[in-house]
Amino acid sequence: MKTQRIVNVGVGGQGNLLASNLLGQAALDAGLPVVVSEIHGMAQRGGVVESAVIIGQAKSPIVSDAEADIIVSFEPVETLRILNKAHKDTLVITNTRPLPPFTVAIGQAAYPEPQAAMAIIAKKVKRLVAFDGQALAEQAKNPLSLNMVMLGALFAAGDLPVPVAAIKKMIRQNSKERFLESNLAAFDLGFKTAGKA
Amino acid sequence: MDRLLTPGGGKSHLLLGNEAIVRGALEAGVAFATCYPGTPSSEVPDTLYRLRKESPEAVQYYFEYSTNEKVALECAAGAAVAGLRTLCTMKHVGVNVAADPLMTLAYTGVNAGMVLLTADDPSLFSSQNEQDNRFYARLSGLPMLEPSGPAELKECTVYGFDLSEQLGVPVMLRTTTRVNHAREAVTFNKLGKVKTQAQFKKSPFQYVTVPAVSRQLHLKLLKVYDQAQAISEQSSLNFVTGKGKLGIVAGGVAYNYVMDAVADLDAAKQVKVFKLGFSWPLPEKALVKFLKSVDKVLVVEELEPLVENALKALAQENKVKARIAGKGPKLFSRAYEFNPRLVREVMAGYFGLKYKATKPLKLDDLPALPNRPPNLCPGCPHRATFYAVKQVVGDTAIHPTDIGCYTLGLLPPISMADFVICMGSSVSSSGGFSRATDQKVVSFIGDSTFFHSGITGLVNAVHNNHNFTLVILDNGTTAMTGHQPHPGVETDKIGDPTTHIDLEGVVRGLGVQHVTVIKPFKVRASIEAIKAAVDYQGVSVIISKELCPLFARRVAPKSRKPFAVNLDKCKGHLDCIKKVACPAMFVEDGKAKINALQCIGCALCAQICPENAILPVKAEA
Repeated sequence: MKTQRIVNVGVGGQGNLLASNLLGQAALDAGLPVVVSEIHGMAQRGGVVESAVIIGQAKSPIVSDAEADIIVSFEPVETLRILNKAHKDTLVITNTRPLPPFTVAIGQAAYPEPQAAMAIIAKKVKRLVAFDGQALAEQAKNPLSLNMVMLGALFAAGDLPVPVAAIKKMIRQNSKERFLESNLAAFDLGFKTAGKA
Repeated sequence: MDRLLTPGGGKSHLLLGNEAIVRGALEAGVAFATCYPGTPSSEVPDTLYRLRKESPEAVQYYFEYSTNEKVALECAAGAAVAGLRTLCTMKHVGVNVAADPLMTLAYTGVNAGMVLLTADDPSLFSSQNEQDNRFYARLSGLPMLEPSGPAELKECTVYGFDLSEQLGVPVMLRTTTRVNHAREAVTFNKLGKVKTQAQFKKSPFQYVTVPAVSRQLHLKLLKVYDQAQAISEQSSLNFVTGKGKLGIVAGGVAYNYVMDAVADLDAAKQVKVFKLGFSWPLPEKALVKFLKSVDKVLVVEELEPLVENALKALAQENKVKARIAGKGPKLFSRAYEFNPRLVREVMAGYFGLKYKATKPLKLDDLPALPNRPPNLCPGCPHRATFYAVKQVVGDTAIHPTDIGCYTLGLLPPISMADFVICMGSSVSSSGGFSRATDQKVVSFIGDSTFFHSGITGLVNAVHNNHNFTLVILDNGTTAMTGHQPHPGVETDKIGDPTTHIDLEGVVRGLGVQHVTVIKPFKVRASIEAIKAAVDYQGVSVIISKELCPLFARRVAPKSRKPFAVNLDKCKGHLDCIKKVACPAMFVEDGKAKINALQCIGCALCAQICPENAILPVKAEA
């Protein structure tokens, strides 16, 4: 089995760590060797949050530069920032809705034009799946379900050895009752959208 | 019931390293646990706390968040000397705080298993330094275990309790962020039986460390070291894998990078690896045997070259011919954590193995990216307090600060952090700054940090007639590390059976003459109070009291009343954005706007706006 190194990146509060944890649990549930790593602490206060899921025989919990097979990014500027982890055969899945950092809000820095940025990425990597994931989360009637949308997209585009049933089981086991339906809907919307892309 | 409390064994669960420590402690029958939270250790105590709260009928251990690490270790020492199995957890710099009791607890020893977790943070993800706490094993003479991942972490925790009991001294369990915060499958064994009641047997000439006693205890500790070394020689935590004439010695997460590199470099037939899991005392005989069996040795250890230097000394004494290397040019650095690629590259280079690296992408054509530093949350009361203080003292005052969310006051536009080295240093260093200069000194400390180690500094300041203003940012919780309780927490809010210590009463009791409690979201009144405090000659204290909004959302939920900018009134001064940088605000077409989803209605910006253009959403409509 080929080792798959997946890096999830986003902004504090977007639910990136939960997505990695669920993917890890689904892999284990499917009997696959898996290691997950995450960074807590300072980064949670609106900073960049990165986590990694490594499915396969590897023991290392982190992914080095130029060695991510899949990048799932919850925010377009963070997609650009994390490209140091990519190589020419990397699959990049990204939400295109900007979440500008406050350095932009106070005029210290400019936010790059997302469309142009996506065009640059598309030329560098094997495949880019880019869509407004936040819109899908809102369509699922749960603006906080972007992480489920991105997981759905990962399962559609990622050629993962983990069955969809396993991740849905974990979403069911780990969602609060009032979010369960919208979480599953968000997953399906992400899955459908990335499947068509 | 939580999976961590499953009584039986056999099943595997995906556990965070820190959860694996908890499961290990439960399997070992832990009866007593103390801590001070700190990344990357915090989920250990948080899990113990949560399990006790959620399933009081299923847990048998006593647990407390102690005031600081020294207190945690001393409290744990009492229980372990009395005869209970005890776990004590802290981050690496916490061990500095606990170092005083640790050095002599090593002399007295303990009467039941005691494991001390030191969670190190190479690459400083959430710390003020990246000190290598393997030194503490050498300094104290205590044994140290260094697991590589969550599964081993659970096994090492159980092993540590047994080893501690066997040797009669505490055992240090040393992790790094990548071990604490990794998740992997951990196989459960049965929960251990818990001995919850001890009977202390007096033995003053063992436990009262006057010089005459300690002279003997030191000799005893040296014997324990010899015993520990003999166990280390035979320990299942130290083992050799692979074969070949190229040798590697590695421990901790670096061992995992090495094993992946061996596979990636297809070098299993050339590389032999000595895994060091029981890392102090070093299994010297086994290591010498290993060194003699290979031609070339690479030591793969993060941070300081402790094992490397020890091996070089051993090699010299034992006429080992193999070249030994670790740190140096083209090898490993003493700074920052390792990663799989780095280890693979150094191994390939040093051993002359064939290696084709994946090429990094060319990224020089990417647009400039805006930085995304961490920021105080929308509605954080610290922001309001910083703003009010700045209105009084401008940019010229010196601001010693402390460890907590408010350290983020470092960043513009707040820019109100001038010096921080450790917990509590804000208060004590203020005395130095104010004596050495004629500049105003207004320092900041959080409530949890004040109880941790601000109190003694404040006693010193009052006693020695220093002259500064201390602002205690009292948000009612330990916010930065995940809302753990502390002595000042209003215990009724969280339903804990602990006793609330009144912060203001403490400050007054320490002899501070000028004490004012402010509500930071009342901006004008706060500014007046701060003015009076800063004008006061001597030590003055401002207690800025407002719950952390994230904590409040859990313990005292209120309906959120977001604000909005009336765009007809807004003249685009943008004071609201330029002066306080609330993440809920942004600029569009030269005017301020508020993200209603993020705004919690603290009304700070509304009080800053010169046009009174910021109003509650309802009032605007």
